Amino acid sequence: MTETSEPLDMDTPAAVVPATQPATGIPAVPVAAAPILPRRSRSDWRGAAFAAPYLLHLALFFGYPLLFAIVLVFHRWDVVTPMQWVGAGNLQRLVADDLFARAMLNTGVFLALHIPLQIGVALLFAELLNGKLRGRAFFRTVYFLPVVVSGVVVTILFQQLFAFDGGYVNGVIAALGGEAVPWLVSPAWAMPAIALVATWKNVGLYVLLFLAGLQNVPPELYEAADVEGATRWQRWRHITFPMLNPMMVTVVVLSTIGGFSLFVEPYVLTGGGPLNSTLSGLLYIYNQAFTFNHMGYAATLGLAFALLIFAVVLVQRRVVESDVS
Amino acid sequence: MPPSQIRKALAYIVLSIGAVVFAYPFVWMALATFKPEAEIASLNPLPSVWTAESYRLVFGSVPLGRAFLNSVVVTGLVTALALVFGSLAAYGLSRLDWRGRDAAFSVILFTMMVPFLVLLIPLYTLVVGFGWSNSYAGLVVPFMMNATAVLILRQHFVTLPQSLVDAARIDGAGEMRILFRIVWPASVPALVTAGILVFIGSWNEVLWPLMVVREQDMMTMPQTVALFAVGGGAEGRLGPQLAAALLLALPIVAAYLVFQRKFVESLATSGLKG
Repeated sequence: MTETSEPLDMDTPAAVVPATQPATGIPAVPVAAAPILPRRSRSDWRGAAFAAPYLLHLALFFGYPLLFAIVLVFHRWDVVTPMQWVGAGNLQRLVADDLFARAMLNTGVFLALHIPLQIGVALLFAELLNGKLRGRAFFRTVYFLPVVVSGVVVTILFQQLFAFDGGYVNGVIAALGGEAVPWLVSPAWAMPAIALVATWKNVGLYVLLFLAGLQNVPPELYEAADVEGATRWQRWRHITFPMLNPMMVTVVVLSTIGGFSLFVEPYVLTGGGPLNSTLSGLLYIYNQAFTFNHMGYAATLGLAFALLIFAVVLVQRRVVESDVS
Repeated sequence: MPPSQIRKALAYIVLSIGAVVFAYPFVWMALATFKPEAEIASLNPLPSVWTAESYRLVFGSVPLGRAFLNSVVVTGLVTALALVFGSLAAYGLSRLDWRGRDAAFSVILFTMMVPFLVLLIPLYTLVVGFGWSNSYAGLVVPFMMNATAVLILRQHFVTLPQSLVDAARIDGAGEMRILFRIVWPASVPALVTAGILVFIGSWNEVLWPLMVVREQDMMTMPQTVALFAVGGGAEGRLGPQLAAALLLALPIVAAYLVFQRKFVESLATSGLKG
């Protein structure tokens, strides 16, 4: 970008400042100071100065924690007493940790339920909202409402709605002659219930993303398909679906990252139970750190989950992208 | 009816079912907070007697007013600082040319790719080490810079015509003055988008306050409400829990209804989850 013979950089700011800089603190215009070189080839120290607060903050609150996370992996630390070197102790523990395996399994179950459901519902509503339709803005506003509201609100609400005894949903099921579902109290139903809650909360955002994707499909493609007498399903399968692919990648990746950060729902609704069936990765890390003061091990879990997210997202991108071509 | 009309009617039916599914729980919740406790489980959403008992219980057992104030202070500071420092960084990254600029931008983009849960524990220990547990500093300082805000602002600043900046420079305006007097007024939509994103994220954040704040006086509103519901402050009563949840939702729903279009756009363009 600024690769010229100009030796000045942000380490030598004084050299760039024209001696005539007014005492008001307003820097003089650099154009005047460098009449020979084109202005853009100069390294303007003020640019670095503008970015400096952000970059210093980044170094302290991102760079340092990132390095410290790696240091913590090799230590035992309860915050109060000094750190103790444990070598690969945390990693050995991780490999043998049944609860870590359980949290991964739970995350897998959650994603397997949540992602298809979310994509299916979002596609349906996006498709219905695409086109001329009265009240479109109204529907969009309503579907989006749960997205802006805190997860705490949503979970408290669903704690009552999904209550086994006297819960609203079971009340409706009973009124229709059905049998009460043990939503949050049975190990088999708790994670599906949480997946339902998470889908209900987030799907409005994905409706909008798909709607944006649908509106990017060139109408000529549909016209051409009509000329050739394609059915609605064929139009959808061979035009809409492939054209939505970039958005599909975004949605799958975002849902996956969101799924790995599942915390409030199990924290409020189930506390990770029953029988650890809703223990999420983040909830497990939180427990290790703040119930047992295992900071080293909690940091190890955090890094392990992060690497897992990267791996899963990489595979997903491959699969979703190759699905079309 | 011709098939296209049937299809349209069907679309409205499905969309309306969707609207009920997404809106009715909120309506039900709002009405339930005014019911006597015993009536909450009944299928009739309307209270037989309207009572403010649930609200009395909430305010009687947790300092929700104080929690609201804490949240306003924290979210206000985080949003304002993220916009000011984000604008400084975005201006430096877009309108000024300096060695290392592209590298700095790449580093900022990289920070967006690292999941927060990697930083969670070390960041917590850092903040505790600074002595910032149970303080506004602990809740604000780590989040007063926001990479998403920088990205949104930078992408907008890049599109502004150079003549706008040049004219001000010829008039002798300093870069600081140019940023806040000339670039800012020309960037209101981007500022609103970035501001809304930071605001929602900060207002709804619950995990971080649960970690750094243990004293009731410094707790934020989502934290207080979550602990009230989980920690038995409500003594198993549903009415007060729902009332607390509704009070937590109100500010953001009000902001959403006012800035509706901007909310939708900002969240959709960033693809962030609330």
